[in-house]
Amino acid sequence: MNPVNYLYLAALLFTIGAAGVVIRRNAIVLFMCVELMLNACNLAFVTFSRLHGNLDGQIIAFFTMVVAAAEVVVGLAIIVTVFRSRHSASVDDASLMKL
Amino acid sequence: MENLIGLLVAVPLLGAALLLCGGRRLDGKGHYIGTVLAAGSFAIGAVLFADMLGRGEHDRAMHSKVFSWIPVGGFRADVAFQLDQLSMTFVLLITGVGTLIHIYSIGYMEHDERRRRFFGYLNLFLAAMLLLVLADNYLLLYVGWEGVGLASYLLIGFWQHKPSAATAAKKAFIVNRVGDVGLSIAIMLMFTTFGTFTFAPVLTNADHASEGKLTAIGLMLLLAACGKSAQVPLQSWLGDAMEGPTPVSALIHAATMVTAGVYLITRSGAIFNAAPDAQAAVVAVGAVTLLFGAIVGCAKDDIKKALAGSTMSQIGYMILAAGLGPIGYVFAIMHLVTHGFFKAGLFLGAGSVMHAMNDEVDMRKYGGLRKYMPVTFITFGLGYLAIIGFPGLSGFWSKDKIIEAAFAKGGTEGWILGGAALLGAAITAYYMTRVMLLTFFGEKRWAPDEKGHEPHPHESPSSMTIPMIVLAVGSVFAGGLFSVNDAFLKWLEPVTGHSHGDSPLSAAAVTAGTMVVLVIGVALAWAQYGRRPVPRTAPRGSLLTRAARRDLLQDDFNHVALVKPGQYLTRGLVYVDHKLVDGVVNGTAASVGGLSGRLRKLQNGYARTYAVSMFGGTAVLIAATLLMRAV
Amino acid sequence: MSFPLLTATAVVPALGAVVTAAVPAAQRAAAKWVALGFSLVTLALAAVVLVRFDPGGARFQLTESHAWIKDFGVRYELGVDGIAVALIALTAVLIPFIILAGWHDADPLEGAHPNRRWRPTQGFFALILMVEAMVVISFEATDIFLFYIFFEAMLIPMYFLIGGFGDRAGGRSEEETATQRSYAAVKFLLYNLAGGLIMLAAVVGLYAVTADQLGTGTFSLQEIVQARAGGHLDMASSTERLLFLGFFFAFAVKAPLWPLHTWLPNAMGESTAPVAVLITAVVDKVGTFAMLRFCLQLFPEASKWATPAIMILALISIIYGALLAIGQRDIKRLIAYASISHFGFIILGIFAMTTQGQSGATLYMVNHGVSTAALMLVAGFLITRRGSRLIADYGGVQKVAPVLAGTFLIGGLATLSLPGLAPFISEFLVLVGTFSRYPAFGVIATVGIVLAALYVLILYQRTMTGPVKAEVRSMPDLRVRELVVVAPLIALLIFLGVYPKPLADIVNPAVDHTMSVVDKKDPKPDHPVDAGWFSYSPKSDGGSHDGASGGAK
Repeated sequence: MNPVNYLYLAALLFTIGAAGVVIRRNAIVLFMCVELMLNACNLAFVTFSRLHGNLDGQIIAFFTMVVAAAEVVVGLAIIVTVFRSRHSASVDDASLMKL
Repeated sequence: MENLIGLLVAVPLLGAALLLCGGRRLDGKGHYIGTVLAAGSFAIGAVLFADMLGRGEHDRAMHSKVFSWIPVGGFRADVAFQLDQLSMTFVLLITGVGTLIHIYSIGYMEHDERRRRFFGYLNLFLAAMLLLVLADNYLLLYVGWEGVGLASYLLIGFWQHKPSAATAAKKAFIVNRVGDVGLSIAIMLMFTTFGTFTFAPVLTNADHASEGKLTAIGLMLLLAACGKSAQVPLQSWLGDAMEGPTPVSALIHAATMVTAGVYLITRSGAIFNAAPDAQAAVVAVGAVTLLFGAIVGCAKDDIKKALAGSTMSQIGYMILAAGLGPIGYVFAIMHLVTHGFFKAGLFLGAGSVMHAMNDEVDMRKYGGLRKYMPVTFITFGLGYLAIIGFPGLSGFWSKDKIIEAAFAKGGTEGWILGGAALLGAAITAYYMTRVMLLTFFGEKRWAPDEKGHEPHPHESPSSMTIPMIVLAVGSVFAGGLFSVNDAFLKWLEPVTGHSHGDSPLSAAAVTAGTMVVLVIGVALAWAQYGRRPVPRTAPRGSLLTRAARRDLLQDDFNHVALVKPGQYLTRGLVYVDHKLVDGVVNGTAASVGGLSGRLRKLQNGYARTYAVSMFGGTAVLIAATLLMRAV
Repeated sequence: MSFPLLTATAVVPALGAVVTAAVPAAQRAAAKWVALGFSLVTLALAAVVLVRFDPGGARFQLTESHAWIKDFGVRYELGVDGIAVALIALTAVLIPFIILAGWHDADPLEGAHPNRRWRPTQGFFALILMVEAMVVISFEATDIFLFYIFFEAMLIPMYFLIGGFGDRAGGRSEEETATQRSYAAVKFLLYNLAGGLIMLAAVVGLYAVTADQLGTGTFSLQEIVQARAGGHLDMASSTERLLFLGFFFAFAVKAPLWPLHTWLPNAMGESTAPVAVLITAVVDKVGTFAMLRFCLQLFPEASKWATPAIMILALISIIYGALLAIGQRDIKRLIAYASISHFGFIILGIFAMTTQGQSGATLYMVNHGVSTAALMLVAGFLITRRGSRLIADYGGVQKVAPVLAGTFLIGGLATLSLPGLAPFISEFLVLVGTFSRYPAFGVIATVGIVLAALYVLILYQRTMTGPVKAEVRSMPDLRVRELVVVAPLIALLIFLGVYPKPLADIVNPAVDHTMSVVDKKDPKPDHPVDAGWFSYSPKSDGGSHDGASGGAK
């Protein structure tokens, strides 16, 4: 199979994720969309690795997974804390950083 | 001997410092300290005078350099004194009359709680005036020049609680400042022309400079003289200056300070001699002022203001004489000295009358005072005879010479100037007779004031009458004494130079003419104020009288031409500064603020908006990169 | 290595600031004495500088030089010429008086019971010392970058002094006073920051030019001046002009020159009188000083190019400032506008490019500092007594407080340049210096003399004379502390007016040097009188009295 198709899939997944981040308000869903984008990138990396015939892409994919895992830990903790204090998981309610 | 010159200035200066910084401890004896120091200065002057007489005619000038004052590049000003015959004349006049007026003030200011300070100011004045006439360069003269202005400011406004006095003081200082600008520009011109402003080198080399420069210097010096000597067009302050205590009017605004302009012009004779246009301006100013002052003097009912008008007019004579050149310098100074005697005497007499009349100044409320105040009457009367030029008295000798010199100018000019001087003499006789009649003759016209105090005219204490007597003696004999063998002429000639002109009229004819106009003036005044009883309130009078009462509308003119526009200008500028200059800056700040206020709305705090901008930005970057590659 | 005297003169007040700030809150009275003590030590050090300085010696003396940021050629380089010595002396003399005059300005309000941590008193005096340290080092720095840093850093303590310790006696509501005060402080900061940023660009530009032409970039004033003189450094005239304008803009804001002046009346009006003196008498002098030291010497050609425009602005400043002073209703704003007029004279003198003009301008900086301090501090005493800055609220003070009125009058007379007092000499020198090169400008500037008399005498008349107003009837006369502040200043004014020679002797060689860098010479008189006259005495020259009758033939 033509490896380029994997790239199309990665682009599709990334677009879905990006659209989700922009459109959805629920913090958990938002989070999942971010994960989707990250994984789309991973897919692209692996595909390129395959295309170029070296391992750099796969190594970076592992790095991304580790970072994503750490991010999930911190992110979920924040979401839970915000939910506890505000009883809402909507990101629009947390817009206090503006003047 | 040279060191004594500096002491001459230092002694009264020490007095001023003592009295002004001494505090209340000196309240009880301040006036004695002041008087003794003034007398001390006179004594030093007398010693120097005796010393000077002992030397040959061309060996009389003395010079004493005290220290180097401002040395910057080619600009060198020293504190250095020069005492020649001209300065000597002034020194004796200033310290002599000054001492007499110090003595007079002991009695006159007896009940004033701030008497110590008054004497401090008087001493300050003496020091500044002596500095003015002793300086050996124009810049040091300028220090004295403004110094006397300061003393005059302080003394006119001595009764500061009266708003009119404070206003008059301020006016005097500011009008004088306009004149001072003339002096400072003259000094700058001298510096750029000659590279120095010390008398001797400037005056010796005056004729090397171009006539245009000299005319400019001369006109600027004239401006300065106009301010200090209350000559048209800077005359308006002198009448108001009468708000000051009467001894001040006698010393500063009659005998000494106001004659500084005459000194300046005479001292700068070499410059004027080489600049005929400037001389013509001087003569014109003198002639106009002598008539102006005389007319104003005729209309005033306030005794001091009438005398102030007279002062203006008499200084007009001196300026006229000084403007005539070498022919007139000596007579200008001679009239200055005799005027110093009789005008100071007249003012002191006026002060004595006011002292007796509860400070009433309106002559229409006097009348018949000769019975109550014989000494004042006699001394004032002698001063009166001197000023109108009664034969044999001081004024006769000096004024006659000036009229003669004016005719000797020659041509139409000579006739106009001589005519003006003669007319002035007639008016002088008229207004002085008027003052005399209103004050000392006729029925008594005083009445109780609002508070019910009726004045009880009485003769003044001896501390006041003695100076008056001394000055009266001077008014009678000084002129005659000076004229014996032309003594005064010979005394001053080495400094000022002298030339004889060709008068179209003989000396006898001029004297006769003067006598005729004198009689006419006296007779007119007698007809108006002597024969008939004088009303207590002034009649409406003709248009000229009313204008003259308002000082020929000088203040109205200044108000319309200078004060009002000035006020509008400053108010307008305050507005401009706030709205325009500041407005531009504040406007810039406000527009930046408004712009950022709008930009701020983009930061709405919603994570998705930021995400959109990130995606959008990335998309744009990628598109741009691809586009660049395609191209 | 010899004792770093110049560093010490700047470090002592800085150290004093730290120590003063560290005084415990409860001992706030002691903080004042600490600050006064440090300012007096600084004064002593400045006196040593004055004594050690040899007017006839090298261009820059007491120099110190250490590498600082090697990569950019920035050096810690200090040195003083006569002009700097005079201004350091002025600063060191004025600060103790400012501290004494402001003795109670930062006390807790009456009836208030501050808690244990309340320490603005310490802050006030510490900030004043901080400003002194920075001003002194700005006068000493001969490295442009070093100068720039302290020129800008000065704004920080000044901002807090204006914004934090405004005038309590505004005659307005508490709230409005606070608003006006913070407006004034921000305006001060923004104006001066804007000027400083433009200067920073010019400083960087200058570095780039030197790096380009000399191989290694330098910020050293002396190196650049020497390189120019030696022909190694040749700026294109357009570059030079741009750099000049960048420097000049910053100094003109600080000086302040019309139309960049509007921050000064606000800042001086809203701050307490001692801080107002600090602004106009000390901090602003850095601006005019820097014009002489940096603008003229770094960019002589551009300076000459810009002279006509700058002189016209200076003339506008003179007349405009004086006219606005006449129109003011607020005593302190009046003095502020008067200062604008005086700064016009200083700038006029600097750019007249004559020895009289520049020496006059330098003396003017010193004399204006002393005379404004005298007038403003007395005005401050007056305002504290009555609790109002409006002229109309006074009248007849002379009667109840004669000493206060007398010192106020002397301060005023100094401001209007009365002969016999110090400012007369500097003003006359500036006028002569200007007149000898540009007669028309000199004549126009004399209008300022008349206007000065107007605003001073109007102020005196309205506040001090006339009938005694009911509100001032119980006004006490000057207290001992206040007299200790004013009397020495007045004595100094009289001394420098009668015998300015010592000061002039220090300043003149520095001015001559500046003139030679700019390559200008004094205009010659048209008909110079031969030099023998200057040592003239009638004894040796019998013809002296013929002088007066020279034309009487």
